[in-house]
Amino acid sequence: MIYWDILPAFQYPNIPISQYPNIPISQYPNIPISKMTFILIYLAILAAALLSVPFLQVRAKGLVTVAAVIGCALLSGYLAGNALVGNELEILLPGTLVTGGIPIRIDALSAWFILVINFTMITGALYGLQYMKAYREQTANLSLHCIAYLLVQSMLTIICAVQNSLVFLFAWEIMALSAFLLVIFEHQKPETLKAGINYLIQSHISIVLLTVGFIWVAYRMDSYDFKAISEFSAEFGGANSFVLFLCFFVGFSLKAGFVPFHTWLPYAHPAAPSHVSGIMSGVLIKIGIYGILRMILLVKTDFTVLGYFILFVAVVSGIYGVMLAILQHNLKKLLAYHSIENIGIIGIGIGLGTIGIGMNNPLLTTLGFAGALLHTLNHSLFKSLLFFSAGNVYQATHSMNIESFGGLIKKMPHTAGLFLVASLAICGLPPFNGFVSEFLIYAGLYNGLGGNSPALLLALVSALFGLALIGGLALLCFTKAFGVVFLGTPRQHFHQPQSEAKTGTLVPMYAIVVLMLAIGLFPGIFLEALSAPLAAFQAKMPGVENVAALPENVGQMAVNIGWCAAGFLALAGLVIFIQQKMVKRTPGTIAATWGCGYVGDASRMQYTAGSFVRSYRKLAEPLFSIHKKKRPVEGIFPTDGWQETHPYDKAEAWLIDLPLRNLKNFIGKFQFLQNGNPQFYVLYGVVFIALVILIPIVMGSIEMLIKFLNQL
Amino acid sequence: MISLAMILLASLFFSGIVLRTKSLVSGRKGPGFLQPLKDVLRLLRKGTVFSETTSFIFQIASSIYFVSVLMAIMIVPFGLSKGLISFDGDFVFFAYVLALGKFFSIISAMDTGSSFEGMGASREALYSMLAEPAFFVLMGSFAMLTGHTSFHCIFTALHFSSHVSYALGVLATFVLIMVAMIENSRMPIDDPKTHLELTMVHEVMILDNSGFGLGLFTYAVNLKFAMYGAIIANFFIGDVPWYFAVLVFMAVQVLFAVIVGLLESFTARFRMAHNATFIFTLTSASLLIFFGVLLLMGKFI
Repeated sequence: MIYWDILPAFQYPNIPISQYPNIPISQYPNIPISKMTFILIYLAILAAALLSVPFLQVRAKGLVTVAAVIGCALLSGYLAGNALVGNELEILLPGTLVTGGIPIRIDALSAWFILVINFTMITGALYGLQYMKAYREQTANLSLHCIAYLLVQSMLTIICAVQNSLVFLFAWEIMALSAFLLVIFEHQKPETLKAGINYLIQSHISIVLLTVGFIWVAYRMDSYDFKAISEFSAEFGGANSFVLFLCFFVGFSLKAGFVPFHTWLPYAHPAAPSHVSGIMSGVLIKIGIYGILRMILLVKTDFTVLGYFILFVAVVSGIYGVMLAILQHNLKKLLAYHSIENIGIIGIGIGLGTIGIGMNNPLLTTLGFAGALLHTLNHSLFKSLLFFSAGNVYQATHSMNIESFGGLIKKMPHTAGLFLVASLAICGLPPFNGFVSEFLIYAGLYNGLGGNSPALLLALVSALFGLALIGGLALLCFTKAFGVVFLGTPRQHFHQPQSEAKTGTLVPMYAIVVLMLAIGLFPGIFLEALSAPLAAFQAKMPGVENVAALPENVGQMAVNIGWCAAGFLALAGLVIFIQQKMVKRTPGTIAATWGCGYVGDASRMQYTAGSFVRSYRKLAEPLFSIHKKKRPVEGIFPTDGWQETHPYDKAEAWLIDLPLRNLKNFIGKFQFLQNGNPQFYVLYGVVFIALVILIPIVMGSIEMLIKFLNQL
Repeated sequence: MISLAMILLASLFFSGIVLRTKSLVSGRKGPGFLQPLKDVLRLLRKGTVFSETTSFIFQIASSIYFVSVLMAIMIVPFGLSKGLISFDGDFVFFAYVLALGKFFSIISAMDTGSSFEGMGASREALYSMLAEPAFFVLMGSFAMLTGHTSFHCIFTALHFSSHVSYALGVLATFVLIMVAMIENSRMPIDDPKTHLELTMVHEVMILDNSGFGLGLFTYAVNLKFAMYGAIIANFFIGDVPWYFAVLVFMAVQVLFAVIVGLLESFTARFRMAHNATFIFTLTSASLLIFFGVLLLMGKFI
């Protein structure tokens, strides 16, 4: 029974599910019709696109999808933009008998995530339009891909907007399934399918945990509204709330990729087409972050303990992710591990902010959550840019093995430049956006050091140590990735000539760079936009009232960073200009690279990715299981020698592989039952029937016997 | 402004003093104090040879490296007067802008496609990664001690507290000298005068640089030394009139240069494999400072 096609909507406070459909229509209060129209147009566009895509020409499929993505993004973006400046949207749809009322609440936090999601979904769709031209013949597959893409976008938006746990779970499930379809686009490759199924199973574990959490609340409070969660934690106290939060946290972490729930990421990202990897890493995993932040807003518990917990998980994720990333030889797998690292950085921000709430420290809360929210946006930008660049490289070479590249900067200068910009940003270097959010988190950490509790100080100094180490390791990783892939001379001969990617793919990438630079140079504007979501977190502190969500000095800090970044760019431009003048003044010489007297072809003697990180690998070896195979160069007339290293995730080995193997062993003990012999199966049937008949008889006679004995 | 001028002034003769110290210790007369500066000026006027393997990265890297050091210098204060740039958390910017320069010097080495330079790049990336936490924990300790988060405020507040802060200053000086040696690839980590490419770190990365670019890289080393010297000096300047502060500053710079010279004369370079362990030890030293500060403030349980 869905009313919204007859009646736009109405606002209503919490009503128990059981009473819901009984409210007379005349009692519906006035409704914001214009906003409802937006939602209806949104659904109409979505439905029209979903229904028409399968029947269109291949060219039109892509165009319609992109148009629908942009249309939907603009509509939801308008509502979100409004919400971000203070006009929060709250509509209560009557819903159905099963779900009860469906509240649509676009508050500042949802708005921020909707905007972040939609920007990357647009650039992803534009990039995908060009990227998928290589697969033009697979029409049916493309239809499915387009539909899944649209569904992922709309479901992500719905997850941010809808606050009814049943509808939330439905949307979550559709999103997980469509993302699975997006990943397995190249399903003819067995490893792609394997990665996809791995992802599917893990997302369902996440759904199970979320369902358990929501059902627990619904059972106690008789409502699927998210508000019931805060009522639940008000009524049942801190310990119950903490367990509830943990349940949600693990569920959302499986999506976000906190260690040790990260194992699906490094498989799914490389298997998917590049624009899908971009949106998965850029926004899909961020929905997990959204979930965690939403739950922090809803529950009431000991936030200090919660903050320590999140901080610990986050620091471990950050360091673990980047340490493994360095060892990877597959470019996209390397980037996937970096997503884990960046989720860790976001988590450090969330942890700090949560500790701030627990300690009634408004500055810490602001800096922590501002850093986390801004880094969410930043990571969605530079990570999608990195994956798109990797996609360009893949289409030019049909390889993802870092060791086989080299010198691509001469053939693909735009892609190389874009990859460089994104690498600088992901290392958190000024003047790009990554620095701003990391700076906010650093500022939070240093400000928190003014606190008094020894536990806090120790936690903060380890987070400080972790964040600095993460920064250094990221630098090592991206000098390796950029240097080996794009610089030097080619290490392997490819059969097809490599050329720069088409303009269609470069335009969305440059759009991302513009936004990245804007954040780097004018961080004040973006922090201002964050003041509404931050105010929501500030409101969690009972003792603190009338505090500006964005204190003066934080805004000043951001302006200063912007000025420094701009000053750096100007100064660098000036010195480069002088250098060019000076170089041109004297006749330049072009010569071979200095080779210590050796003048032959030195391209095979270059440092490889493996050798670049060899000393690091030696240091980190005890922490990871690195399988090495080698044949040394031996004998008087050596033939050939080679060496391979295969880094493997120890967390995966212990947490996924080992239990799986034990389960297999256990179930294998019953293998004799399924022996493929029909006679046996008939026998099982007979045994079953006999048991069904016999058990009541036997039970009955035992009862009779007991009664008889009792009577004696 | 005054700090920028002072650091630039110190950078002019810093390498000269280091060289002179080493010469005197080894029983030679040695070149004049301004000889390294003259070498840089000569390089800046010379023509440039580019490797055919290189791309635009190689052409802009030396400038960006130089500018990153210059930006970092602008943040360093001088006694009670602020640096050109000063805001809460400016030392984070300081560390990251230096890291940006390092990123470019590493990829410019990779750009030449030389196996030697790749080797240097790999080492530089690893060592600077390991040195990063030491600096941040060190600054964190002082931020905690003083309750401020900018270079200027930390140094100003440091002098108003007890004499024990000078003791911590000495320990911090040790860490900073070592960080400076690592950042500049000097003695216990790397021998700038070694004759074999296989044992170099920084020198091997700039093998293909020449002319103006090499001049920038070479001068940036002087600037970096003077910059770390200035930070160390700030620990000891205190609340004194400016003429006295200038004297202390110059004395610390000269002393720092002599120490560098002596270190280079009397220590042997570590084996490459041991460098990583040594650098990580610095982090423990800065953790020691952190616990020292905790004790000082009575925050230990």
